[in-house]
Amino acid sequence: MKLDQICFRTSHLEQSWTLDAYRQVGGYQVLENLLKNKMRPEEILEQVKNSALRGRGGAGFPTGLKWSFMPRRMPGEKYIVCNSDEGEPGTCKDRDILRYNPHQLIEGMIIAGYTIGAGTGYNYIRGEFYEPIERFEAALKEAREAGLLGKNILGSDFHFELHTHIGAGAYICGEETALLESLEGKKGQPRYKPPFPAGYGLYGRPTTINNTETLASIPVILQYGGDWFHEIGTQNNGGSKIFCMTGHVNKPGNYEVPLGTPFSELLELAGGVRDGNSLKAVIPGGTSTPVVPGDKMLQLDMSYDGIGKGGSMLGAGSVIIMDEKTCMVKALKRIAYFYYEESCGQCTPCREGTGWLYRVIKRIEEGQGKQEDLDRLVNVAENINGNTICALGDAAAAPVMSFIKHFRDEFQYHIDHGHCMEHTG
Amino acid sequence: MEFLLINHPLDCPICDQGGECELQDLSMGYGDGVSRFTEGKRVVKDKDIGPLIQTDMTRCIHCTRCVRFGQEIAGIMELGATGRGEHMEIGTYVEHSLVSELSGNIIDLCPVGALTSKPFRYKARAWELTAHPTIAPHDAVGSNIELHIRKNDVMRVVPRDNEAINEAWLSDRDRFSYLGLNSAERIAEPMIKKAGQWQTTDWQTALETAVEGVKGIVAKHGPEELGGLISPTATLEEAYLFQKWLRGLGTKNIDHRLRQQDFADSQSDFSLNDWALADIDDSDAIVLLGSNIRAEQPIIAHRIRQAALSGATVSNINFFESDLLMPVQHQLAVDAKDMAYYTLAGIAKALTQANKEDAAEWRELLGERRPSPFEQNVALQLSNARNATLFVGDLINHHPQASVFRALAKLIASLSKTTLVILPTANSNAHLKAKTLPSENGMNTMQMWQSDLCAYVLMGVDPQMDTAIPDDARRALKRASFVVAINSFHSDVINEHADVILPAACFAETSGTFIGIDQQWQRFAGGVEPRGDSRPGWKILRVLANVSQLNGFEHISSQDVVDEIESEWNMGQKPASHDFIPESFSVTSDLMLISEVPMYRTDSLLRHSNALQQTPENKANDVARMNQQEADKRGVNHQLPVIIKQGENQISLPLEIDDAIADGCIYVAAATLASVAIGRMFGQVEITQAGPSS
Amino acid sequence: MTEMLLTGPKEGLFTETLREQMDTWIAKYPAGQAQSAVIPCLHILQAANEGWLTTAIMDALASYLSIPAISVYEVATFYTMFELSPVGKHKISVCTNISCMLCGSEKVMQHIEQKLNIKPGQTTEDGLFTLKEVECLGACVGAPMMLVDKQYHEFLTEDKIDDILDRLNS
Ligand SMILES: Cc1cc2nc3c(=O)[nH]c(=O)nc-3n(C[C@H](O)[C@H](O)[C@H](O)COP(=O)(O)O)c2cc1C
Ligand code: SF4
Ligand code: FES
Repeated sequence: MKLDQICFRTSHLEQSWTLDAYRQVGGYQVLENLLKNKMRPEEILEQVKNSALRGRGGAGFPTGLKWSFMPRRMPGEKYIVCNSDEGEPGTCKDRDILRYNPHQLIEGMIIAGYTIGAGTGYNYIRGEFYEPIERFEAALKEAREAGLLGKNILGSDFHFELHTHIGAGAYICGEETALLESLEGKKGQPRYKPPFPAGYGLYGRPTTINNTETLASIPVILQYGGDWFHEIGTQNNGGSKIFCMTGHVNKPGNYEVPLGTPFSELLELAGGVRDGNSLKAVIPGGTSTPVVPGDKMLQLDMSYDGIGKGGSMLGAGSVIIMDEKTCMVKALKRIAYFYYEESCGQCTPCREGTGWLYRVIKRIEEGQGKQEDLDRLVNVAENINGNTICALGDAAAAPVMSFIKHFRDEFQYHIDHGHCMEHTG
Repeated sequence: MEFLLINHPLDCPICDQGGECELQDLSMGYGDGVSRFTEGKRVVKDKDIGPLIQTDMTRCIHCTRCVRFGQEIAGIMELGATGRGEHMEIGTYVEHSLVSELSGNIIDLCPVGALTSKPFRYKARAWELTAHPTIAPHDAVGSNIELHIRKNDVMRVVPRDNEAINEAWLSDRDRFSYLGLNSAERIAEPMIKKAGQWQTTDWQTALETAVEGVKGIVAKHGPEELGGLISPTATLEEAYLFQKWLRGLGTKNIDHRLRQQDFADSQSDFSLNDWALADIDDSDAIVLLGSNIRAEQPIIAHRIRQAALSGATVSNINFFESDLLMPVQHQLAVDAKDMAYYTLAGIAKALTQANKEDAAEWRELLGERRPSPFEQNVALQLSNARNATLFVGDLINHHPQASVFRALAKLIASLSKTTLVILPTANSNAHLKAKTLPSENGMNTMQMWQSDLCAYVLMGVDPQMDTAIPDDARRALKRASFVVAINSFHSDVINEHADVILPAACFAETSGTFIGIDQQWQRFAGGVEPRGDSRPGWKILRVLANVSQLNGFEHISSQDVVDEIESEWNMGQKPASHDFIPESFSVTSDLMLISEVPMYRTDSLLRHSNALQQTPENKANDVARMNQQEADKRGVNHQLPVIIKQGENQISLPLEIDDAIADGCIYVAAATLASVAIGRMFGQVEITQAGPSS
Repeated sequence: MTEMLLTGPKEGLFTETLREQMDTWIAKYPAGQAQSAVIPCLHILQAANEGWLTTAIMDALASYLSIPAISVYEVATFYTMFELSPVGKHKISVCTNISCMLCGSEKVMQHIEQKLNIKPGQTTEDGLFTLKEVECLGACVGAPMMLVDKQYHEFLTEDKIDDILDRLNS
């Protein structure tokens, strides 16, 4: 099993976050070449489409397609925004890109700006990321001093400014339109879509929003070609992806491996389940994605389509491992609490429903559950699902539905006996 | 549905929105009979947002319509949604009263019972009320409203949609004035004064006493010694019968322009043809001259704001700056003595230069003036516009030099092809139609007060609060031998100096016609019976004429009166007009008193609406205001009250430093006890610091 | 409390250093979009005011950015990093979300509670520490973890916690 370093390609170097380190792996050469050769944006777009790069922020939307929605020739300002809000429980990959390889993200954003016709970029970093913010700011300074940002970049007629923006603790700001609201200095409440950001984004201007990992992949794609990147992964699932292996594994960590790698291999890479215990369940893509029972998970490949076959989603690649000792009721209670805390409050089903779900699950966990509660939970979750402005509503419903579907007996046991099954808790 | 209800209290039985709650309707339609939610409900602490609006925030369903109203319509974001998720709360965060003059609209917008009318709270249930359409009387718009009546009481007022007039909105003034109807100050019965003592009496006696008294004076001193003054809030029918009766008795002294001081331009034609409120929406340049438009005409201010938001340029020229809650290009607070000669003449001059047009009659007056950049900007704004409008408001119309200002405004309008709108007061357009104006050689308001006539007939007039020179009014009434008041409310001066009081029905109690700024005739019927023994004004006037044995007063309904007005008006020809051109621009006054009638004090009904009187903006009226520089110049500060002297009168008021006020000006709200004691709106005053009270 | 000027004309609000810091942020956004800087500015002002925001500070910021005060309140109450009442000198934010929970964050929390004798949301009597329970901080591979002031601490053990807190205490 091999690691395939795309976003982490400087990780073998000392002080991997510096401009020097990044130049050692060929950093900024792509930018230099495309500016020198006045490469046509259409050509870049073609490469990105060929690469089958899919959004690493959670939805897995093809990046080339997203970029092609931008009205490139429309006069006036357009924006590229990077989503480094990283808040999905189980996810901590963008933090490491910012800390260890910020220049690759900067180069990716400049290239994205060039391609979609944006003159300004913002990187929205969550407020708690003090160290990553500092690293990113330092990298920006280096890049600016090296003439890689600002007016007439590297002597060309291309101008591009890039700024950091910071959040202040709100998971919902990871949702792209909430992020834009937040960037405009408002509460992070998602906007109705349509209009989509490509038409009406930041300050009402056309805007493309991508995840940190997505944008950091761009320079490598252009260096080696879209087809090369596509071939690393599987059909329509191009490239490597960082998987955050957390929970009950022996060696938790971020592992960047080709898409399509069997889950079993990835688990091995992370040292296997802790204490040699057996695998009970896996949340493959962050808490918003449905839980998959362990035995089923072991049959799946780590790609968007592969996980889809197992009835879940690859999401942000946040793999949460739970061993046999895990109480699924308690796990779900914690997840439900998260969505209850983080609902922005705009949509009634989400605002009111997330609190309802949490309170009922809490009651069950505390041994006060009633027989009708299980069906009620599923029914309430179904009523939230699909009835909200943004996907947080769906994200809150998915764990409830999947946990009860796969581990109903455990919930039933709690209701009947008032406590956990043996060996769990 | 269920989600909306889980944190909504099921307190419909005590909720004022009960019966007209959108949530209640929805849950009746789609909801379950039984609640599946067994957890505890959220409770939210209520906020005090002023005397007009009651909050019950636990009932809020977070639809944020009220927040959007503030952002999009009122132009002032006072309410917001703080916190997030289930903890989100609608409110002001820091407890304070709303200041928007349109705030009451959020009561209508709130689909549940979270924001309700404070005065209406617990007064009635929606299904007990009958709705009666009518017209609001307080500004020149004539907003369409609905009275909600139980038995014989107006319980509340809500807007009726009329796209051409108030759209879906209503000013707080029009919404809450009804609270004055049941004031203890209402006059309930006819009264006559015998040997200095008031006695209640029957209508017949009162009417006969009134007619005998008036006729007696006419017989003895001639009709020149009789004067008639009527409030511009009176209906068209009242105005018409008022002047017809008095003219029948022979007098020429009739007027409704109670706060006007300068009548030199009464031959000028300022009428507007084919102009509608909706034309504001199409205006691409708007200049406000001497108008605190939000207070004066809130609905017009709203239209201007919408025009401004869709790109119209707005300029504001006044004696003080005001926050118009809209983008304003140019704003100037003009020193009182500079208004005519400098600012307005400067704009006119800039226009003659730009258009190479020569206003011959004005050449000498405009002289060699060099327009300032501000004046040039406004001139450019107007001349570059496709469709410009110039509004002239109360601060100009009540000014002792109103004629000069208006003449200049007219010149500016004609040089720049701008629509000139002199903002009417309440129903004054109806009064112009009905001719409650002096006949040739008759006296106007000022002349009547200053000539100490033998007899006065007052209708709806509070001589202290509704006039430009309360001092003169008081003295004239004191000296008069006979005074008849046809009023709805008691007032000190009337009680002291009148001889007969005839109680008149108020707004909501009588039928009539309102003619607003855009000349639409809006007919309305009375919704409730007049209080006590009071009668509709038009009936009182008709019977007074009958008792006076005059012919031509056989009207059975107010419609008959309207028919007569219409036929007369169609036959009559437009009086010849000629423009007034001042001889010179006299530079007056070292320190000018600036008198603005506050929004909630423009007429008796408003002054008796308790809730409106309790609003913070109303309470802010008991101070004098002046800018820092002017205060320094005159050696006064805000630590101690100041003494303001006008002629022989003087008052002491706390001083507030307010840099919005122009140089050379001191602002004291009119129609207040303090302003009454000064004695005259506007005019020169002196100011000194009051010594420390010992 | 740090000396802060909160009233008067816009040019005089706050201290010059604070204004400089805030202006750097404001300059990042297009003209007329100063509201964008509201979150960074609140961070700056909170840091300058012993870790929390007063209404007066928020009002002054509203004037400084020329936006309605309620817009600032909305933001300050929406984001969890802003404190609207006094906090201790050091803020400890313990993540108890799923990955951290699976790795023992409950024990971490219990240990800190006992050690400092406070519950989440409370401040120690000496005003030194405020304890908060927070959602995932994006460091799940280092679970269990906590944020103390500006520093992430991962793979927490009781010894490690003692060490960190003791160092701050001295
Ligand atoms: C509730 C919610 C939270 C999200 N949080 C994040 C996040 O923290 N980081 C992120 O990159 N995308 C997040 N997303 C996804 C973004 O909306 C968006 O799809 C993504 O940034 C697009 O970038 P990509 O196409 O490169 O994936 C979130 C979505 C939702 C609905
Ligand atoms: S689904 Fe929830 S988080 Fe998303 S917009 Fe609606 S209320 Fe806000
Ligand atoms: S779950 Fe604790 S940092 Fe992510």
